[in-house]
Amino acid sequence: MSIATVFEIVLAAVVLILGIWTIAVRETYSATVGFIAYGLLVALIWVRLDAVDVALTEAAISGGLGGVLLLGAAARLQDAELTATEAPSKVTRVSAALLSSLTAAALASAVLFLPDSPPTLAPTVAGHAWATSLANPVTNVLMAFRAMDTMLEKVVLLLAIIGVWSLAPDDAWGGRPGLRHQADPNDILVFLARLLPPVGIVAGIYIFWTGANHPGGAFQGGAILASMWLLTVMAGLTDTPPVSRRWLRFVLIAGPGLFLIVGLGGLWFGAAFLAYPPALAKPLILGIEVAMILTIAATLGLLLTGAPERSEGQ
Amino acid sequence: MSLVRDIMTIAAVSAGALFFLAGTVGLLRFPDTLTRLHALTKADNLGLGLVVLGLLLQAGNLRDGLKLIGIWLLALLAGATVSQLIARTARQGEAAK
Repeated sequence: MSIATVFEIVLAAVVLILGIWTIAVRETYSATVGFIAYGLLVALIWVRLDAVDVALTEAAISGGLGGVLLLGAAARLQDAELTATEAPSKVTRVSAALLSSLTAAALASAVLFLPDSPPTLAPTVAGHAWATSLANPVTNVLMAFRAMDTMLEKVVLLLAIIGVWSLAPDDAWGGRPGLRHQADPNDILVFLARLLPPVGIVAGIYIFWTGANHPGGAFQGGAILASMWLLTVMAGLTDTPPVSRRWLRFVLIAGPGLFLIVGLGGLWFGAAFLAYPPALAKPLILGIEVAMILTIAATLGLLLTGAPERSEGQ
Repeated sequence: MSLVRDIMTIAAVSAGALFFLAGTVGLLRFPDTLTRLHALTKADNLGLGLVVLGLLLQAGNLRDGLKLIGIWLLALLAGATVSQLIARTARQGEAAK
């Protein structure tokens, strides 16, 4: 047994134990912290499986932005939990446990009964890489061969932000999301928010740019850009824009909008919806990705800052 | 030459792992928040620094080496900032009691 195998077994065991602990622990805050650590370790598993693209997304979304979102939710729930006296009834708890066990059993049996040589489209994807002149097969699938899925995924992000905004109280509608953070010049967070964003912006754009040929892409790069923006907001150096701003809404629809226009162009001039002419494939994909990284960064940032809470002047 | 490099790598990474172990033991055993933070910074700064130093000797080219040093510097910055923030919250919590 090689060292790598031992490491993989230990990693899988730790993830399993952490998963059980996250379910079993009673405090919402502890469960949240457990889940964030779980996400980061799952990212390591993806690296061991040579799925670096997935690992980057897992670390950025599950460990990073999702973690912040869950911590915020846990903080809000804490007040409600203190006042709640009524525990869920035994029937509710038993049926919840039964439903989750059945789901887990179904998933486990699906994995265990996979055919020994699972059906794969990987050779086909590798064989058609010439059509886009991009070397990263994941980007090829996401942006060309299954571009429809990626476009719909961006539409889902848009729907999510509409869902969050619709929670705004009437008098704050169209206003600024989240609380106004006051910047204290001696605060260590302000220092970090001045020092880190230049590095983070370069790293985000690099991950986006290198996605053509190596692991990376618009989603991972956009998540880093969003976190840099959130850092300056949390330190009080910048304020969130009112959600009624036209430029903001334009940025939010830029990614799916451009995707849709290119797709319809394929229908008009080419063979099918989202069919790129091979000569123009790379510039078209790059254009869509530039619009998408802006949309993703703005959407993820706004999802975390939450519903509008203050009218514009406050 | 490569044998000397390998030995130095093993020594540096082992020393780094030792600091991580000591930091973890400190995190579990020390009595209050500030001393626990003190134990953690040893793992972040020295532990990761020694691991990076050991891996630098194995880095194939300058680019990979610079990336490794960049990761260490970013971890230093994040660790220092977060421990300051946690320490401040802990002190405010004590003052409120």
